[in-house]
Amino acid sequence: MKRTISALVQNQPGVLARVAGMFAARNFNIDSLAVGRTEDPNLSRITMVVIGDDATLEQVRKQLGKIIPIVKVYDFTGEDLVQRDLMLIKIAVASEKRPEIQAIIDMFRAKVVDIGPKFVMVEVTGPEQKIEAFIDLCRPYGVKDMVRTGMIAMPRHSKARPDKGLEPDRQGLEPDRE
Amino acid sequence: MGNTADSASLNSKNQSTSFSKKLGAQIFCDVLQEEGVETMFGYPGGVVLPVFDALFDSPINFVLSRHEQGATHMADAYARVTGKVGVVLVTSGPGACNTVTGLATANMDSIPLVVITGQVKTPLIGNDAFQEADTTGITRPITKHNSIVKDVNHLARTLHEAFHIARTGRPGPVVVDLPLDVATSQAQVSNSGSEIDLPGYRVRYEGHIRQIKRAAEAINASEKPLIYAGGGVILANASEQLRQLVQKANVPVTTTLLGLGCFDENDPKSLQMLGMHGTAYANFAVQECDLLVAVGARFDDRITGDVKRFAPHARVVHIDIDPASISKNVKVDIPVVGDAKSILGEMVKYVEPRERKEWFARIDQTKRLYPLTYNNDTDAIKPQYVIEEVCRQTQGKAIVCTGVGQHQMWTAQFYRFSLPRHFISSGGLGTMGFGFPAAIGAQIARPDATVVDFDGDSSFSMTLNELPTAVENGLPVKVCILNNGYMGMVRQWQEMFYGKRYSKSFLKNPDFARVAEAFGAVGLTATKKDEVPKIVEQMLSEKKCCVVDFHVEREENVWPMVATGKGLHEMAGLPTGTSERV
Repeated sequence: MKRTISALVQNQPGVLARVAGMFAARNFNIDSLAVGRTEDPNLSRITMVVIGDDATLEQVRKQLGKIIPIVKVYDFTGEDLVQRDLMLIKIAVASEKRPEIQAIIDMFRAKVVDIGPKFVMVEVTGPEQKIEAFIDLCRPYGVKDMVRTGMIAMPRHSKARPDKGLEPDRQGLEPDRE
Repeated sequence: MGNTADSASLNSKNQSTSFSKKLGAQIFCDVLQEEGVETMFGYPGGVVLPVFDALFDSPINFVLSRHEQGATHMADAYARVTGKVGVVLVTSGPGACNTVTGLATANMDSIPLVVITGQVKTPLIGNDAFQEADTTGITRPITKHNSIVKDVNHLARTLHEAFHIARTGRPGPVVVDLPLDVATSQAQVSNSGSEIDLPGYRVRYEGHIRQIKRAAEAINASEKPLIYAGGGVILANASEQLRQLVQKANVPVTTTLLGLGCFDENDPKSLQMLGMHGTAYANFAVQECDLLVAVGARFDDRITGDVKRFAPHARVVHIDIDPASISKNVKVDIPVVGDAKSILGEMVKYVEPRERKEWFARIDQTKRLYPLTYNNDTDAIKPQYVIEEVCRQTQGKAIVCTGVGQHQMWTAQFYRFSLPRHFISSGGLGTMGFGFPAAIGAQIARPDATVVDFDGDSSFSMTLNELPTAVENGLPVKVCILNNGYMGMVRQWQEMFYGKRYSKSFLKNPDFARVAEAFGAVGLTATKKDEVPKIVEQMLSEKKCCVVDFHVEREENVWPMVATGKGLHEMAGLPTGTSERV
């Protein structure tokens, strides 16, 4: 099962290596990982999509909490989320097939960002299902190249407290306590 | 070794008295003193020479090891014995790499260490410079935290943070990588610069009162409770609180290897150690109890055996300062996150006395049926006998260190521990060679105490290069080599699981007594059983480092044993019959 976890981290060297190293060392499975700046120049946000059951996810969250430069860990499981992945995809398409592709692009509210005699490059954003559906539709034409940013996510309502739904055993990770 | 030219600028001493500016190396010494460091361990080298130069005038006692691994084990044992942070200073590259085993050992056993490693000058980092290694990269997965200081103005703060992180919460080793040019440049000194800034590090010491009450109620309601106490009780200095809880609630106690001494093993409520080589009565109690109260322990695979069949009838209470330990291996019903001392102290108020006649009768029965025992009716020296004899002559009050293997398990079984911080052993990582440098660190921490290292011939061979360290510092460490000429535990497994094919597990040993003599220590050899009491007496009366080579029964095994994959109740080698009798 895929879950989305987000971590606010201190903007310092080696934090990403710590996160990646911990995932590898503890045999956790990462589906995607996106890192970027936040409104606070001292903090970055890492958004991770993790594959695993409840127990695994609980360990992931707790082990992330133990990494010192990680300031807060948010578990978005069960949240009403806005999730976005951005993809650039280069589709092999001869000029006579362009209208066909254009129709698909319009349906997905995607955007042509480059075009050549034998290809179009398209920018698509959206939740994962949308991106996957777009790729599936492009496959018959031939996908020449593809790159994705990895999922980022934000809850619709601001109720996603850090480590939401804390059971007592998660007290130790609860922020803003001391 | 490498570049020393930069240290020339250190010689003008007036810098340290300047109000506005201070040299990195001097900041280092000052922070250590502010942190109350009295003793540190290590080994010099090229890029840390400026720091060593500053230490030349420092009142801090510096113990020079013969290998950086030894230094980390010494600091580790120093920390285990005193409860203070162990401090190590080594050079870059090979020096830093040699601390890896010691760091991993301390990390697995949650021991507070601050290890400062030299690093090449910042402009050279990443250039494959002489004696350069990516120390923070190498040590990241085996430390609680690590960092590299690239600006001398952050040095004081980073060092204070290292001490804070090492000693608080679940303790652990912290590495600070210190490039040469940071040690030799001048910082603007202001008080605000050294305040720690760790927004991502919060430690919760007090347990949630509702959880504490739930745990106490579970104990009160239990017919067959059992406390399973680990190294966390010792780290939290919670032995007294544990004793009070046990006495008031009337609950039996078993401890892990690292928990030995957190509860008096001579107390009738003690079941001694549980697990793979634990006592039969402890393991049966785990499998039969209806409530298991884990305190400062982490359900390691050497404790649980087959985890699916572990404590099958028990609800589980888990008291631990590390939330990540909870429900990691075993599903926990009542977790209490926090410091064992504060939680147990609070819990005592809510537990009620209960007789539990049947439960204790059952425990007495298993104690009678399956005592820890061995056949001493032989001419050869039994390793267990040596341990019992040393225990008798030291009244069970010595600080006991061990290497890793059979001798370690026999020590855990046959030395009766009654005091916390008196059993020093590598539990989680199982580091052979830990015992002797650990004994040195322990003796430095407690010059007055009798420190005994029960060691294997193979374990001792790994770190006997620290003999001159013991001699040079006049440390009366007693080393009892239980010499069977094998890697005993490896041989036992090969006997049991590999058809006695003793592949590469025996070794041609030197005459350890003569080795000891060559290093300036006292060397003794015991080959006959009847000379053991006398030679132990002589060993204990020696005023300098004394190595006794006990030639013990060669193919003695450690019993009982829960083989990998077996349930805790499925022990091999029980004294009478098998577990079917129960």
